[in-house]
Amino acid sequence: MIRWLAGRLLQTLATYALAVTLLFIMMRLTPGDPLAGLSDERPLPAEARELLRRRYRLDQPVLTQYADFLAGALRGDLGVSIAQHGRPVTALIRERLPATLLLGTTALAAMFGIGIAVGVLQATRAGSVTDRVLGILSLTAYATPSFWLGLVLTWALAIEWHWFPVAFMHAPLLDPDAGWWVRLTDLLWHLVLPVTTLTLVSFGAVARYQRAAMLEALGLGAIRTARTKGLRDRSILWHHAWRNSVGPMLALFGLWLPLVVAGSVFVESVYAWPGLGTLAAESIGSRDYPVIMGVAILVSAVVIGGNLLADLLHGWLDPRLRPSQ
Amino acid sequence: MTTDGWLRQLWLRPAGRVGVILLVVMSLTAAIGPAFLPDPLAQPDLAQGGLRPPDQIHLLGTDYHSRDVMARVVTGARVSLAVAFGAVLLSITLGGMVGLAAGYLGSWIDAALMRLVDAALAIPRLFLLLIMVASMERIPLWLLIVAIGATGWFGTSRLVRAEVRRLRAMDFVRSAEALGATRRRILARHLLPNVLGPLTVATTLAVGDVILLEAGLSFLGLGVQPPTPSWGGMIMENKSFLVTAPWTSLAPGLAIVIAVVAVNLIGESLHQDPAPPLS
Repeated sequence: MIRWLAGRLLQTLATYALAVTLLFIMMRLTPGDPLAGLSDERPLPAEARELLRRRYRLDQPVLTQYADFLAGALRGDLGVSIAQHGRPVTALIRERLPATLLLGTTALAAMFGIGIAVGVLQATRAGSVTDRVLGILSLTAYATPSFWLGLVLTWALAIEWHWFPVAFMHAPLLDPDAGWWVRLTDLLWHLVLPVTTLTLVSFGAVARYQRAAMLEALGLGAIRTARTKGLRDRSILWHHAWRNSVGPMLALFGLWLPLVVAGSVFVESVYAWPGLGTLAAESIGSRDYPVIMGVAILVSAVVIGGNLLADLLHGWLDPRLRPSQ
Repeated sequence: MTTDGWLRQLWLRPAGRVGVILLVVMSLTAAIGPAFLPDPLAQPDLAQGGLRPPDQIHLLGTDYHSRDVMARVVTGARVSLAVAFGAVLLSITLGGMVGLAAGYLGSWIDAALMRLVDAALAIPRLFLLLIMVASMERIPLWLLIVAIGATGWFGTSRLVRAEVRRLRAMDFVRSAEALGATRRRILARHLLPNVLGPLTVATTLAVGDVILLEAGLSFLGLGVQPPTPSWGGMIMENKSFLVTAPWTSLAPGLAIVIAVVAVNLIGESLHQDPAPPLS
């Protein structure tokens, strides 16, 4: 068990190093000067350019740059931002992370909660009108671009009907000395539209997956045995059938986990939510490569960690997958 | 499953039929529609002002620059569909080749390719694309297709590899090997035709994802450059007019939804439902 775990951890680390390497190669292959964004209006004097090149270590040989980059990424040091005049990328990320974590976890919980419920409901009534209507709804929702849905929801619910705020995480004129209750409700109020948008465009994927996994599970012998034993329907449904569909659902959860940190570049920027997605969108505008790379590396780390976690959880829930002693 | 088989299956299922009809109508409109519509770049009634609501002359109204929204949506379909089909064709070709090589050749080639795919799959596709295209002032259409195609084959190669590994243990491949068939013959005559089925399903679902991805890139200003119309670009340039002139961004948004629904209906119909449970 320990050996299996150690091997799995080592493999995870190797995948991470390889992903960082791929990102580095891609950045180097891209044409364009990383300092170009700094001197849009007037050309940089040669001396200043030389100084900056030395400061950002662009004067070093490529292999040295690569070694520095990889060592930094393994230690959790993501370099410094170019557009924000040398602020460490990790500091920028740390600033934006809480907003993204809040939006991401809420949306992930909502999309899996709704998706699982819809998928199970569809599977238990496969072929019925309910199944078809829900199927069409989730297919259409899944086909909707999140940025467009965000704009439409803002227009309808925020601008026309004033139900929710248009953007940001806090009301701009909120009294900073307001009680915690006022601040909490204000935050939740601002959270509604971004979470709704993310949930609507992604619950369909969960529902479709859950429906298929559940249909397969319902056809298993164990379910028939449970029915013959006279167990109640609800107990069969969740304890026997659903548990058998947990494997594929966990794999899917691992795939969506990065949402928690990557947030959504689109949804965050439509609502000006001050998270990592907005940071990435801003960095595209200013061609701030270290920041884009930093966010990409963080997300890759979470994807790889998520895969590991899904594997471990699956082994814990399904004893057949545990390595034999 | 033969080619004839899956086309029949597609047409016999109502969802598949709806998807095919929608996609054919959309493609035909994109192909011949612009000939019957105003120039998508022309600004005919600039003097009277833009943002005119739909009427008999401009069926979907005009945008801020007084350009015909209908003409722009129809012309934008060309970009969206060209990028989607071009990129997916490239990515399934790459994914198919890598998957066949990894699955059939095995040993260190398989190990190396699959570790690479593991790492590549960990980086979100949007970020790969951002790093590739963010440094460019104007992105030519072909480069956009290549960039999206080159970042989309990782999952496909895994799928093909798994299928090839399953097949190569089967009797018909082993008999071909025993009969002295060359590697090339086994790959081309025995393995490739059998992975086309799963590959088709993956392809159709990928087309929908790419339409959304291209629209997203255009929305961030990194896709096809204005004034050339594209659906995502139209949503971006008209987002400030959503309140005063909703038709300007509702039309391209709905076009995206319809296109993606159409290809996903086709994908779902090709994907066999598991047997219904015994009751």
